[in-house]
Amino acid sequence: MLKIEHLTKKFGGNTAVNNVSTTVEEGKINAIIGPNGAGKTTFFNLISGVHRPTSGTITYDGRDITSLRTDAVARLGVARTFQATTLFDNASVLDNLIVGHRLRTRSGLLDVLVGSSRLREEERICREKARNALDFVGLSHLENRLAGDISQEERKRVAFALALATEPRLVLLDEPAGGVNPEETVGLAELIRKMVRNGLTVCLIEHKMDMIMSLADKILVLSYGEKIAEGTPAEVKANPAVIDAYLGSDHADI
Amino acid sequence: MLNRLHGPLGWTLLFLAGLLFPFVVGNDYHLTVMSTAYLFAIATLGLNLIVGYTGQFNLAHAGFMAIGAYTVGILTVDHGFSYWLSFVLAGAVTVAVGLPLGWVSLRLKGHYFSIFTLCVGYIIYLVIEKWEDLTHGPVGIIGIPAPEPIGDFGFETPRAQYYLMFFFLVLGVWAMRRIVNSLLGRTFMAIRNGDDLAEALGINLMRNKLLAFLISVLYAGWAGALYAGFVRFLGPDIAGVHHTFDMTMYMLIGGLGTLIGPLFGSLSVPWITQYLQFLQEYRFVIFGPILILLVIYLPHGVVGTWLGWRARRAAQVSAAAKPE
Repeated sequence: MLKIEHLTKKFGGNTAVNNVSTTVEEGKINAIIGPNGAGKTTFFNLISGVHRPTSGTITYDGRDITSLRTDAVARLGVARTFQATTLFDNASVLDNLIVGHRLRTRSGLLDVLVGSSRLREEERICREKARNALDFVGLSHLENRLAGDISQEERKRVAFALALATEPRLVLLDEPAGGVNPEETVGLAELIRKMVRNGLTVCLIEHKMDMIMSLADKILVLSYGEKIAEGTPAEVKANPAVIDAYLGSDHADI
Repeated sequence: MLNRLHGPLGWTLLFLAGLLFPFVVGNDYHLTVMSTAYLFAIATLGLNLIVGYTGQFNLAHAGFMAIGAYTVGILTVDHGFSYWLSFVLAGAVTVAVGLPLGWVSLRLKGHYFSIFTLCVGYIIYLVIEKWEDLTHGPVGIIGIPAPEPIGDFGFETPRAQYYLMFFFLVLGVWAMRRIVNSLLGRTFMAIRNGDDLAEALGINLMRNKLLAFLISVLYAGWAGALYAGFVRFLGPDIAGVHHTFDMTMYMLIGGLGTLIGPLFGSLSVPWITQYLQFLQEYRFVIFGPILILLVIYLPHGVVGTWLGWRARRAAQVSAAAKPE
């Protein structure tokens, strides 16, 4: 689904991502792991168009998206979440989600001023998509709560819902379980599996090893911007380079 | 009871109050104060769209107001255009100047954008002051005609002028209400909440920021055009940054990013300053601390705080009705 070839990103003299080639496979859970500063988030930023790569190409569904802007990549069906989600705390959860489907609508200023039927229809659709997304992540009961009043784990779920409201085919999740407790992590992992069961492709960055090893179909390991290993959790776990560079010898027996 | 005031009923009451205001106050001076307040309320509504709803702190707003005002002044006095034709052109000129300026300045984010637009505003002021052949320089433009009568309705008397300003304020609020309550308004607010997330949601940042900016300067331009026909005299002072700061203060007092907040601020502050007039220059000794206290204790403004309280109440009520 996503093919990355010889991707390199340099910030001045610092090479954040160095000659990485990989594929994100459709209908699977693809994980990216690596120590802090390994270039994982930069890698996401390159895919989603926040940064232009210094060299290399990114192909999505056979289409070169290397130099597309973020909003154009999103419209092609690549959604993403961030480590910290900025919600509008003074509005309800549902209100925060309605804009998620905006990219599939066309109403402009003129529609707004004349109150066109297209605008009314699109607002209805956006509201419906927001409700569906909220239902999907299991938070329908929080619809009218203020976004500022919900828990960290609920915020993560709302961030997923926001990504889902864009009707993506590929979802990039940046530390989806960061800052939530172990039981909640299990719940979020189940939600990620549910997304894949519903036909989505997931690519995620995560530090929680237990979660990754049980969740991922395929793992890419980055260290200092370079790919040092790739494969199934079992393969990656057994790879000496990974144990050396990232997990450390005390994790070798996981 | 207070909740019912939110929505159409509240707006209708405000509308009726505005309509009956001239019959309640006896003297023309009060009408003039209110008409001026309406003028700045229109400009503040526009400023609130780019600052309060879209999160881009534009400090060149008074400059755009001046562009609208001077377009009317120059066209009517020097070229014999009718007021209403000049009024329409004032909007067009303001947007035409705003387009390249917005396109360049909106590339910057946060404080950089503010500092840049502060400079843009000052440059507009300097151009008006120095380009004497076009703008009459520091002498200003004298003898701007009042708007021509529409049908039998002339705009010479203070009461007629009041209704003219009131009409445009109502129009401005109506259009702004449509904008901010629509998908378009949600798009702007998404940008305010975070550029990165908004862009990841497929929102074209530049196009939407520029649209908000242009609607915003259009409000400023037309407010300036009304100012020209109301005061009938123009000096470079209208472009001064203190007008932008006044409007910013109105927004802060009422509540950034609310519809009624800027209206509340721009209609109440002129009256407060009127009543502190007896203190002369010292009135700011009183007004300053009030403003500081307000910003510390009501950072969302008077209206913003009330709306926040209301939203919280509504959320609690619905949570109680639908137990988890």
